[in-house]
Amino acid sequence: MIKKYSVRINKKVHQVEADENMPLLWVLRDILGMEGTKYGCGVGSCGACTVHLNGNAVRSCQLPISSLTGMEITTIEGLSAKGDHPVQKAWLDVDVAQCGYCQSGQIMSAAALLKSTPNPTEEEIENFMTGNICRCGTYTRIKKAIQLAALKS
Amino acid sequence: MKKTDSNYSRRSFLKVTSLSGGGMMLGISWFASAKPEDSLAELNIEPVWQEVTSFIKIASDNSIKIFSPNPEFGQNVMTSLPMLIAEELDVDWKQVEVEQGNYDPKAFPRQFTGGSQGIRMAWKQLRTVGSAARQMILTAASQAWNLPVTELTTANGMVTHAFSGKSETYGTFATAAAKLPVPKDIVLKGNQSFRLIGTPQKNVVAPKIAQGKPLFGMDYREAGMLIAMTERPPAFGMRLKSFDATAAKKMPGIVDIFPIQVFKDDHKFAGFDTRSFNEVIAVLGKSTWDVMNARKKIKAVWEVAPERKEMGVNNRETTVPSGLESTTKHYAQMLEMSKKPGVIERKDGDPEKAFADAKHVIERTYTAPFLAHNIMEPTNTFAHYVGDKVRFVAPIQIPDWIMPSIVARLGIPKENISIELVRMGGGFGRRAYGHYMIEAALISKQANAPVKLIYSREDDVSAGIYRPSYQLTYRAAFDENKKLIAFHAKGGGVPESPLHANRFPAGAIDNYLAESFVIPSNITIGAFRAPRSNFNAAAEQSFLDEISEYMSKDPIAFRLELLQRAKDNPVGKTNDYDASRYMGVLELVREKSGWGKLENAGKKRGVSAYFCHNSYAAQVIDLQVKGDQVTVELVTTALDCGVVVNPEGAKNMAEGAAIDGIGNALFGQLTLTDGKTDQRNFDTYRMIRHNEAPKKIDVHFVKNEIDPTGLGEPPFPPIFGAMANALYQATGKRFYQQPFQPQLKG
Ligand code: FES
Ligand code: FES
Repeated sequence: MIKKYSVRINKKVHQVEADENMPLLWVLRDILGMEGTKYGCGVGSCGACTVHLNGNAVRSCQLPISSLTGMEITTIEGLSAKGDHPVQKAWLDVDVAQCGYCQSGQIMSAAALLKSTPNPTEEEIENFMTGNICRCGTYTRIKKAIQLAALKS
Repeated sequence: MKKTDSNYSRRSFLKVTSLSGGGMMLGISWFASAKPEDSLAELNIEPVWQEVTSFIKIASDNSIKIFSPNPEFGQNVMTSLPMLIAEELDVDWKQVEVEQGNYDPKAFPRQFTGGSQGIRMAWKQLRTVGSAARQMILTAASQAWNLPVTELTTANGMVTHAFSGKSETYGTFATAAAKLPVPKDIVLKGNQSFRLIGTPQKNVVAPKIAQGKPLFGMDYREAGMLIAMTERPPAFGMRLKSFDATAAKKMPGIVDIFPIQVFKDDHKFAGFDTRSFNEVIAVLGKSTWDVMNARKKIKAVWEVAPERKEMGVNNRETTVPSGLESTTKHYAQMLEMSKKPGVIERKDGDPEKAFADAKHVIERTYTAPFLAHNIMEPTNTFAHYVGDKVRFVAPIQIPDWIMPSIVARLGIPKENISIELVRMGGGFGRRAYGHYMIEAALISKQANAPVKLIYSREDDVSAGIYRPSYQLTYRAAFDENKKLIAFHAKGGGVPESPLHANRFPAGAIDNYLAESFVIPSNITIGAFRAPRSNFNAAAEQSFLDEISEYMSKDPIAFRLELLQRAKDNPVGKTNDYDASRYMGVLELVREKSGWGKLENAGKKRGVSAYFCHNSYAAQVIDLQVKGDQVTVELVTTALDCGVVVNPEGAKNMAEGAAIDGIGNALFGQLTLTDGKTDQRNFDTYRMIRHNEAPKKIDVHFVKNEIDPTGLGEPPFPPIFGAMANALYQATGKRFYQQPFQPQLKG
């Protein structure tokens, strides 16, 4: 059923009209024109659509719009004002990306990890990041970048 | 092999034009028919910054823009190709802004992503572009200053006259330079003079990627655009009989639903015209979610398709069989075929006699399933058909190859087709097949609206163009001294053979036989990172490991011995590899991994080496196995791809190849039951994940002065063999069937 919702994204309230089951992913991409959050699988198995919900990393393809009232959502567009979040900076220092398609999701996961665990062990990084697939195989660089961001923040 | 340099000197011309705001622009074309007086204006290119497509733009304020011609899918050519131009142009890399060139065969001679040929083909061409522009600026400066050109030097985008101390930016002379004729004799730097080539440079698009900017086809959007998806048969071997979309059309946001036919019945198929299904139902709506929901309400009736004939552009007819195929049946068919004589691809000496005389024969059969590309960004394209023109925004590896098919299907001239090239979220061969562009154009035409066609992940996995399922049976014959006296390879697959009959160890063994077979199929297959090699390396390098063990030889020493033979006294004249370069990577990997060193004695490690796409790669894997958990501790890669343009990007590629290969070797499989893929999304298609990636990857390049050869594909195939061989060391078990990890259970 189509309903009106107000959602708080990147510290701004947006009014949207959408089917109650429409996942946040498609609200972001198709209604609000925020394409930083990527579609990879739609079933919660790849992490390309990762955003922060009240500071925690979640898969936006699994979050119906109707469940978001009163929640604070952050997307890659809102992670930092100038692309200078420590994780984003580390990503550039380590030159992580290949195709880049998975990287918004990787960065959002990494940022959430460092928020809850400022100095993660290798194992903690691996386990936390396991839900984010990188088809190009940049995993070792991602790990290096997370360690670097931890060191610098 | 085609030589690039003769190519460009004979047929190329450089053209130059002034920009309206001052400055110059330089392009290069490789078309024999093109005349130097073709101005860019005639080519319909407005001399306005945003709309100009060519290689170099220099503005009066000394801003420098370099266009990257090739489609980018993560191989980082947007950094490395412009580096070639910037090197010869003598500008400061920091001063350069890089832009993706759109599809324009007149402005860009080669817009092709595939076969690891990007840098190799551009090596001299793009440096020529940079050098020509530099020489023109020098000439303009010499005229302006009234000084001999020989007294002027360039560096960092400045022209300097050391004697008088004069120094000005390129921008100062760009307008005048643009009016000069393009020099006939273009001199390229010697490798020793490189200032930029060979230095590690970061991906120029990285800042945009890290901010989630809309770089991809998936992200494209414009006013009035509709989302389209397509519904297709649930299984290979089926086709659409009829459908009822009444309920689906009533769903919210749905604009229209209609069938389309991708290729006409009389289409003459070119090599890359593959599409999984020819008749699909297009669903159009306002949002992806609306369309996804409506698809579920379509009541379609599918039927088993009869056998069909496809006519190739070469007038060769292919028969596509009828039936619902299964992986178990494919494996049984391949095994049966492997026992029958195949088509002889190469024969040296008298292998039959050698095998008959042998004291001992080792025979092993290796099998691999189909693999899905699983490009991270699912297949998509934007198309807008207006009048008799169509405009695409397309993630496509090789636009040239789909153009004739678009022309044939839509019946419009190629001048009426424009393609904006967008960054691709992975390709690996999948986006060499541009059928989705035809689909999108047909949908746009019928809907009379701009559309973005999207494949869901399920569409992408279950209606893919897969790496074929392969089998290779090797036999090795030994005399009473355990000397290798004959070698036999029989390779086949569904529906193509993986065999490269002239690859190593052909050329190193006196008695050699290579045979192939094929099993026709209606499962669609195509290029997948290092086609055929990606399986050959796995099988051959595992087999060599096993026979070296039988001969009590060190696996690296054994390979070097064979290569030495191929180098000193090769068998046959059609061997397609350079034994010295092959040996070079093996020696380098031996050194860098500390192979055979006492301190590494307890390590579970495997080695492998392979040649493909003009380059050589060797890898050593160190790993641990606990139950069914594999921990790869270290991958040591040695690569010979000639001169490395951008070591940073090159390392990233080689690391990715190792991870990709390990993932596919351990987990990758696309299996079928009654024509239906058993995997449909990442919950069922097992991809390698963070915790399964190697802990460390070391990449080493052989240093030489050879013009660059391939890089994207060569480090991928051998890793499969290194994995199998290391797993053997850890478990005492040989691995003949991909994927390996399920066999570790129990
Ligand atoms: S798109 Fe949400 S997890 Fe894959
Ligand atoms: S960089 Fe391509 S999928 Fe991760």
